[in-house]
Order: sequence, then structure tokens, then C-alpha cells
Amino acid sequence: MNTRRLWIALATLLHREVGRFLRIWMQTLLPPVITMGIYFVVFGSLLGPRIQRIDGFSYIEFIVPGLVMMSVITNSFSNVASSFFNARFQRSVEELQVAPVPDWIMVAGYVGGGMLRGILVGFLVLLVSLAFHPVRFHSLAIVVAFLVLTSLVFALAGFSNALIARRFDDISIVPTFILTPLTYFGGVFYSISLLPPIWRGLSRLNPILYMVNGFRFGFLGASDIPTWIGLVTLMGLAGALVTLNLVLLARGVGLRT
Amino acid sequence: MNTALSIRNLCKTYSGGLEALRGVDLDVQEGDFYALLGPNGAGKSTLIGILTNLVRPTAGEIHVFGVDARAHPERARTLMGVVPQEFNFNVFEKTLEILVFQAGLYGIPRNVALPRAQELLERLGLGDQMNQIARHLSGGMKRRLMVARALVNAPRLLILDEPTAGVDIELRRGLWEILTDLNQKGTTIILTTHYLEEAEHLCRNLAIIDHGRILEQGPIQDLVRRLEMQTFILDLAAPATLEEPPAGFQVRPIDPSRLEIDVPGGLTLNQVFAALEACGVQVVSLRNKSNRLEELFVHLVGRGRQ
Repeated sequence: MNTRRLWIALATLLHREVGRFLRIWMQTLLPPVITMGIYFVVFGSLLGPRIQRIDGFSYIEFIVPGLVMMSVITNSFSNVASSFFNARFQRSVEELQVAPVPDWIMVAGYVGGGMLRGILVGFLVLLVSLAFHPVRFHSLAIVVAFLVLTSLVFALAGFSNALIARRFDDISIVPTFILTPLTYFGGVFYSISLLPPIWRGLSRLNPILYMVNGFRFGFLGASDIPTWIGLVTLMGLAGALVTLNLVLLARGVGLRT
Repeated sequence: MNTALSIRNLCKTYSGGLEALRGVDLDVQEGDFYALLGPNGAGKSTLIGILTNLVRPTAGEIHVFGVDARAHPERARTLMGVVPQEFNFNVFEKTLEILVFQAGLYGIPRNVALPRAQELLERLGLGDQMNQIARHLSGGMKRRLMVARALVNAPRLLILDEPTAGVDIELRRGLWEILTDLNQKGTTIILTTHYLEEAEHLCRNLAIIDHGRILEQGPIQDLVRRLEMQTFILDLAAPATLEEPPAGFQVRPIDPSRLEIDVPGGLTLNQVFAALEACGVQVVSLRNKSNRLEELFVHLVGRGRQ
């Protein structure tokens, strides 16, 4: 296919993926906004005033970037994992396989859809947070960079998960047993400077710590980790996951016998 | 005439060790209506799966209108349309959107795809169902939807894997008309089916596959002509009892007004009628006991397994 036809194929896939999550917004957009709104009420308004300032910021101010990032991570991942696994389960993925669609278009279409949902949910959560505290940007460029790269990494991870998964249970294992613990221990609710040295060291092995802190730096100008390490980590993970997905597709994992 | 599909030494061994295809060679000419027949587990679906990028071949060559399908899979796929055996569309999408989506994957812009999809749905009798969610369609409608979807990129080669399995006679006849019309307009069609009368009615050439090998291929008329024996059922003008069967024929009475007669290959029906008339038997009508292609199929598959 020539370049124009490839772009049409990519736009077609993206159009359907975005249309899908917008059509079922009660399942895809509303729940994370409500959940994060409850977090803002409980941790920001009720408990927040009783918690001392962290790095000179009020508790609600400190947790907003982390909670936005948490929404971006879970929504980017789950959108791709569920949509692509469902297409495999229904066998509608064969529509893509019989068409002259290169593997990279398949990855880009699904991952693009996941990124857009993650970013949209992150934006909606940020809007809700305005009801509790005004937002400020230390560096909008860093906010955007972390937002895009984080949604990319987790959408790619969702695609890998959906390719490898054999049952619906397999696509809930990663969010439940890996993403949720890593996110909660990734500095969303606290600064790792508050932890004993051994836990501080272990926390540095958690990639989500770098994403949350980098994103928070974009808002507050304060971080436990140098921002460049976060950006390099995210770019490295994105590169590795793109390669992994293309290799899995080339080998026909999950799609071809 | 160009070759639409050329397959050489195609092999497929699954990871469990099952040899599904053992060196298949096949040629389908442009404009042909070609039947691929075989019993369950013969390798038909594996062959179709390889052609449609769902199964990876172990070895062999495939050319679609001269394009090397293994070296340039995407170019080869632009030339093909596929109607799979099982429903494989997103059941939560609207009928029209399923077609427009498929067209988009072939690089057809939405403003072109939309009227084309509407026209195809009208042509396949789904004009009233354009905005219907696919899962609410009847089985026959879903089957027609898959045919419409396969045509949305105007393929030069259309592959149908048992398109009329489990559909009623009216729908089957309707699909036959559509396929015949497409073929007459130049689309090359490959059809797998378990209904041998369907293959004989629609197709000009066929291949019979079993145990991953092509047992026979060629024009249907040539192949059935090679049958060694055909059995006819004769309706008699009046009840008759044959004391002596006519020489050279095996005759079995079904009831006083009907006979079953085995006619060896090489004899004409005129000779049959003459022999019966000599015995005082008048025939008013006759029919094949079984479909001729069915007899050929049973004969070849049985021979292949011995």
C-alpha cells in the first residue's frame, strides 16, 4: 500500500478505537473520574489538612499529579488490553489480518486509541481536581512529555498483554497484581524521602516512581528523582515494548497458528 | 489468460506434529470458479488460512496474480477478499460501519467507502439493516454481511470458505446468483463446500484434497466423465417384472414401478433404453441415484485412503 493508503488504514483503526471508548463512556471515562474525585475528597479535603506539607506543598497539591498519572497508566493499559483481546476473542481481529495492514499499523492503531483514552481521562481528572485546588504548571513541556510517554508505554504494555493472554483472566492479572501495587508504591501518595533508606532504595527499582515524579516536577518543580532519568526510562521502555510487540506479531504469537 | 493463484509445494506442519498440508500444488486461472473439496480434516481450512494470513506455512510458494504472497504479503492481500467459515466481525458494530471499517483497512477513504458499502448491502438484501447492530442480524443476514464485507475492496480473487454452510435453500440460491454474477463480471472465485451439488452447479474446475494432498484437479466435467459406473433410478411407464436383466447391466427393482440400474462407464443412455425396451420395459423418467460429483468424491477419497 502507498503512504496515503497506510494513513487511511491507521486513521480507520484509530477512528474505531476512539469511537469505541467514547460510545461506552459510562464504562471507560466516568468510573476513573468518579474514583479519583473520591480520592480528592478523602485524601485532599478530609485527611489532607491534617497531613503536614510535603516538599513545601499542601497534600492535595502533592497528590494531584500522581493521581492523574495513575489514571493515565490504568486507562491506557486497560483500553488496549481489553479492546485487542476482545477482538482476538471475537475473531474480529481477522479483519485486520486479511487486509493489507502492516503489523506496525495494527500496533499504532490500538496503542494510539489507548493513549488517547489515557490522556483524555487524565485531563478529566485534572479538571475535577480544580474543584479542590488550583493547578499550576512549572513546565508544561515536561507535563506533556511525561503524559504522552507514559500513556505510550502502558498502551504498548496493554497490547503485549492482549497478544500473550489466553483467557480474559490473563488481562486482569497485570493491572491487579502488578500495576496497582507498583502505582501505589510509586510515590503517588508520599515522597520517598519519607521512607527508610532500604525502602527508598527498593522504590528506585519501580519504573512508575520515575513517571509520577517526573510528571509532578512538571506541575510543582519538585521531584525525588532527576527528571531526565524519568524521560530516558520511559523512552527506553517504549522502544523495548515497540520491539517486543513487533517481534510477537512477526512470529504470529496469539494471532497465527 | 493469467494465473490468479499459483501454489507450489505448500506444506504445513503444526507445532504438535500434525502434517496438515504435504506439498500442495494448485493453479487457478483468472476468471475461474474453482471448487476445493475434501472431507473434514483434509487440509482445506489450513490452505485457506495460509492464503488469508491466518496460518503460517512451513514451506512452499504462493503467487496471487503473479505477486509473491510470501515476499509481499500486503500486496497480495490487496487483490483478495475472504468470506470465512465462521462469523468474525465485531458484533457490537453497525452493519454499515463494519463494511466502511474494512474498506478503510484497504486504504479506501470514507467518502468512497460509504456509497460502495451502501450499494453492496442493498445488493445483498441488507439495505434495511444498514444501521442495525450486527449481533441482532439473523444467521443468513450475517452470512450475507460477510460476503458484502469481502467485496468492499473489489477483490480480483474472492475466497469463500463454506459460505452456505447451515443456511436455508432460499438463501443458498440467492448467494449462488450473486456469486455467479460476480464471476461473470470477472472475479475469480475459489469456493470450499461440503455441498457437492453446489460445486457442480457453480464451478468449472475443482481440486479434491485429502490428508493434505491434492488427489485430483481439473475441469469438473472431465473428472465426472471418468467415473467407472453411474447408478440411475428409472420410473417405469407401467409396473414390470424383469425375468432376465438386460445383458451388461446390474438391475435391482425398488418397487413394481421403479428400477435401480448400474450403467458402466462408456455406455450411452440410448443403449440402456434399447436394452430395457427389448425386455418390454418402458421408461418415463430417470435421475442419478447420487450426485455425480459425490460419486467421484467418494471414489477418489476412498481410493486415496486405501
